[in-house]
Amino acid sequence: MKADPAFQAELTQLLRRYSGRPTPLTFAERLTAHLGGAKIYLKREDLNHTGAHKINNALGQALVARRLGKRRIIAETGAGQHGVAAATAAARFGLECRVFMGVEDMRRQALNVDRMRILGASVVPVTSGSRTLKDATNEAIRDWVANVEDTHYIIGSVVGPHPYPALVRDFQRVIGDEVRRQVLEEEGRLPDVLVACVGGGSNAIGLFAPFIGDKSVRLVGVEAAGKGIETGSHAATLTGGRTGILHGCRSYLLQDADGQVTEAYSISAGLDYPGVGPEHSFLMETGRAEYTSATDTEALEAFALLSRLEGIIPALESSHALAEVIRSAPGLPKETLVVANLSGRGDKDMDSVRDYFTKGAEAR
Amino acid sequence: MKTTRAICPVLEESGADLIELGIPFSDPQADGPAIQASGQRSLKAGTTLASVLELAGSLKGRLTVPLVLMGYVNPILQYGWERFARDAAEAGVSGVIVPDLPFDEGEGFYETLEREGMEGILMVAPNSSEERLKEAGRRARGFAYCVSLLGTTGTGKDLYGDMDSYLGRVRRHFTVPLAVGFGIDGPERAGRAAAHADGIVVGSAIVRLMEKYGGDEKRLSDEVRRFVGSLKTAIRAQAPQG
Repeated sequence: MKADPAFQAELTQLLRRYSGRPTPLTFAERLTAHLGGAKIYLKREDLNHTGAHKINNALGQALVARRLGKRRIIAETGAGQHGVAAATAAARFGLECRVFMGVEDMRRQALNVDRMRILGASVVPVTSGSRTLKDATNEAIRDWVANVEDTHYIIGSVVGPHPYPALVRDFQRVIGDEVRRQVLEEEGRLPDVLVACVGGGSNAIGLFAPFIGDKSVRLVGVEAAGKGIETGSHAATLTGGRTGILHGCRSYLLQDADGQVTEAYSISAGLDYPGVGPEHSFLMETGRAEYTSATDTEALEAFALLSRLEGIIPALESSHALAEVIRSAPGLPKETLVVANLSGRGDKDMDSVRDYFTKGAEAR
Repeated sequence: MKTTRAICPVLEESGADLIELGIPFSDPQADGPAIQASGQRSLKAGTTLASVLELAGSLKGRLTVPLVLMGYVNPILQYGWERFARDAAEAGVSGVIVPDLPFDEGEGFYETLEREGMEGILMVAPNSSEERLKEAGRRARGFAYCVSLLGTTGTGKDLYGDMDSYLGRVRRHFTVPLAVGFGIDGPERAGRAAAHADGIVVGSAIVRLMEKYGGDEKRLSDEVRRFVGSLKTAIRAQAPQG
């Protein structure tokens, strides 16, 4: 299918006419002035249909499902963005859709649960294990093995068994391909730094992929440090984990000394996964990409700053990438070009941030 | 652990020809609700791979049937291939089943088991391709674990429709005996599975008995004897010809 021009043409049409691609590359003029260093661009994946980059993969895999003759799709979801994207793609193609979601995440992301149901998907509450994304993934895998004859599993990130990490990367690569074209058009040269948040790592790989061969371009992934790496309450797999095997792939993993997978924590449900895409582990070990992390507080501050300065409310996931930009941009020369991937919009996060900001306002 | 140690000899007395001990894992993707819950209980009580090996070692001399370990790959990887193989062999373990480690992955894990005199038991499923069956058959040791259905353990789902042609396909590629497992919850399915196979594997149903009667060792032993006895009767009635 990858080499089939008809498949690619159909996907391209769908991304253009249904999801609204290409998404813009926005010069963040006031943020750049405020930080006083590098020139900052934002890749606007938040302007996609359904509000995040997840739709790129969901539409691509729905086409795959149809070609494979499957009538039913299943998906796991954490924040609900991938679940919404999968439910949307299923509705668009007339496929039956079941989304597995931890009960803890259903509570945190109630709005997305409603969206999925309105789109015609059934949302299955997952009560096993830690009741979050990794357990939803376990349940999706169990459903898949039981119904593999008529079901395609649309995994939401660059994780899971082969060929998923490569398949999802290929569907997300459109982000980086567009950035390359757009930066060349705006600036006449390649960017110097690319920054993206990393949970499983699909938006980051999508942005990085076309630039991996360009050694002058720094690739920076930002994991969720939660309450701080030292507290143990975080989701920074590459920073705080070690090699292990989960969900059919060998990569970095948050685990205890006995190899039991531990719970990840982040204020952003979309980064709350104890594993990470194997290609990120590879890029880190080979030194091609750098990985850092941002805490809940840093992400929330970035969330507030971008909203006030640019009129763009970012997803909490993407706010982690912005937090790194806010930290590093002031120390970089003005001619340095930084592109941050704004992987999603923050409308879904109102409930999570309300507590923080009302408490903050009272304190002020 | 105490209940498990007590029940293994009872299983043998009741007619079990092989005993499989599960190593608990936080994310048992091939298992249904009964084994998931038992794994969670076990982890909560502090069970580790090391303590399972210790339990196996303590059964040495108390069992004459082979003891097989079944566990997911990550705890074994963290323990270390070599160290695991050495310690398991030392504990008297005969074979190991790792459902999430395909035979062509794992950088020499199955070879390491073999060096220590143990058998790496491979799993096949009704949708395994001819090519995979052929390669697995070439590498198979001990017995072939034939998953009886498309799905996980202990969900109530019935055996695969056409067991005859499924196991016929497996048999063309395997010289080791075939054992059928997953979904065998009592004598009726045990009989049907045994009609085409050399053995059956029962997990969730025994785990459920242990959950239900775990507090009362005497009662548990009686229930296990009765249950395993009923399986044996059903199997004998169905033994394949030749």
